Amino acid sequence: MLRQASRLLARGPILAARPRPFSTDLPAAQSADATFTEAWAKVIPNMDPPKTPLSFMQPRPPIHSSIPSKLTVNFVLPYASELATKEVDMVIVPATTGQMGVLPGHVATIAELKPGVLSVHEGNEVTKYFVSSGFVFIHANSFADIISVEAVPLDQLDANLVQKGLADFTSKLSSATTDLEKAEAQIGIDVHSALNSALTG
Amino acid sequence: MAMAALRREGRRFAPLISPRPITAVRSSPIAPSHEDEGPIGVRYISTQVVRNRMKSVKNIQKITKAMKMVAASKLRAVQTKAENSRGLWQPFTALLGDLPSVDVKKSVVVTISSDKGLCGGINSTSVKISKGIHKLNSGPEKETKYVILGEKAKAQLIRDSKKDIELIITELQKNPLNYTQVSVLADEILKNVEFDALRIVFNKFHSVVSFVPTVSTVLSPEIVEREAESGGKLGDLDNYEVEGGETKGEILQNLAEFQFSCVMFNAVLENACSEQGARMSAMDSSSRNAGDMLDRLTLTYNRTRQASITTELIEIISGASALEG
Repeated sequence: MLRQASRLLARGPILAARPRPFSTDLPAAQSADATFTEAWAKVIPNMDPPKTPLSFMQPRPPIHSSIPSKLTVNFVLPYASELATKEVDMVIVPATTGQMGVLPGHVATIAELKPGVLSVHEGNEVTKYFVSSGFVFIHANSFADIISVEAVPLDQLDANLVQKGLADFTSKLSSATTDLEKAEAQIGIDVHSALNSALTG
Repeated sequence: MAMAALRREGRRFAPLISPRPITAVRSSPIAPSHEDEGPIGVRYISTQVVRNRMKSVKNIQKITKAMKMVAASKLRAVQTKAENSRGLWQPFTALLGDLPSVDVKKSVVVTISSDKGLCGGINSTSVKISKGIHKLNSGPEKETKYVILGEKAKAQLIRDSKKDIELIITELQKNPLNYTQVSVLADEILKNVEFDALRIVFNKFHSVVSFVPTVSTVLSPEIVEREAESGGKLGDLDNYEVEGGETKGEILQNLAEFQFSCVMFNAVLENACSEQGARMSAMDSSSRNAGDMLDRLTLTYNRTRQASITTELIEIISGASALEG
């Protein structure tokens, strides 16, 4: 009985020792938590307060006065972190206003993405993904966070299916009656024409 | 003289039988036909009773062991998904910070729990934390509502907070969890519930034996603007330029909705992991307990069996010695 308990306990620290984004609290991160923990302790003294996401995040570096040489990119999807704190030279994101290039020292920006091609430039190599839409946050400390729902490398796209999809949605738009159906068909057309231009251009 | 010897033997055997089986027999509804009266009022329970109990305990042990294996395999499947989704909420917290102590009029607590039971105490912890947050945010002109995901929290919260519940969603894990399902769910909640701040309560999965109750806060765009203007944590938000023709308000609206669905996705996955892990440890301790109980019952069974054999021997021998004269 004790053997099994010690086995379970031994499993715990081993799992926790794997590299994961659970850092210890930094003094700066604790101030928001401090008000919360105090308020909690006053109202519910018997229970420990719940943790908040800030205590699980690695802190971001502060804003430098000089422009760093590399851009640090986090490219995350719901199913995976494609790029996690990767240092690159430039990324080109498909913002709603068009392709936007991001270099180190870019001004802090929040931009919404439309379906299009995202390219990551590191030295001489360029990696291209087709993203379905999402957001990009560019922070003043040359960190870029790209969050998207789906992203596929361009070589995994099938041109025939793209053409078929485009034809499908065009016909759906012409036969659509309600506003909702029209909007859905329009979205389908947008995505597929973006896919088309990604494959050809 | 033989009877006196018998009496002495009888009294010696009585303390060997532990008092527990005797009380068990007395309290059981089984008729006295199972009780054998030995010499001079010493009662033994029949080995049949002990054997039945041993069989049922052994079955329980097998069942709980199987449930532990099932939970372990389900945990392996969900754990990779949950770890991959951990990067999803970090950009939002990096941009918008985390303000659990924000002062708002309408807060909505989204409690995430499991549908099935036998998973230890994680659901009770979530409910206690939700009630705590409700209490924390109560005051004049402030109101807190609940949105419940999962049967177990529904059962607990419906008892005393029925009027505060806005939405109840169950059978979340019928199909494997994916982002599309969670975003539809988030859409439903956003459409039907008015809120200034959403507080999502779930159990974050640290390891197989450790689940930390966590609360993530998602603010509505108006509150984000208010906090940004007043300075403090979100004061840097004004420094961010907004690309595109949309106004800042529209972008913040889209951002808040996207943030909610991303945070929900991660929360639901982490809670599923915690549920499987808690079930593993609950079933593990249950099978260990069953094993202990089986050992104790085996000892009782052997004692009972030996006592009845000894009684037979005594009868035979005393009968034989009575014949000899």
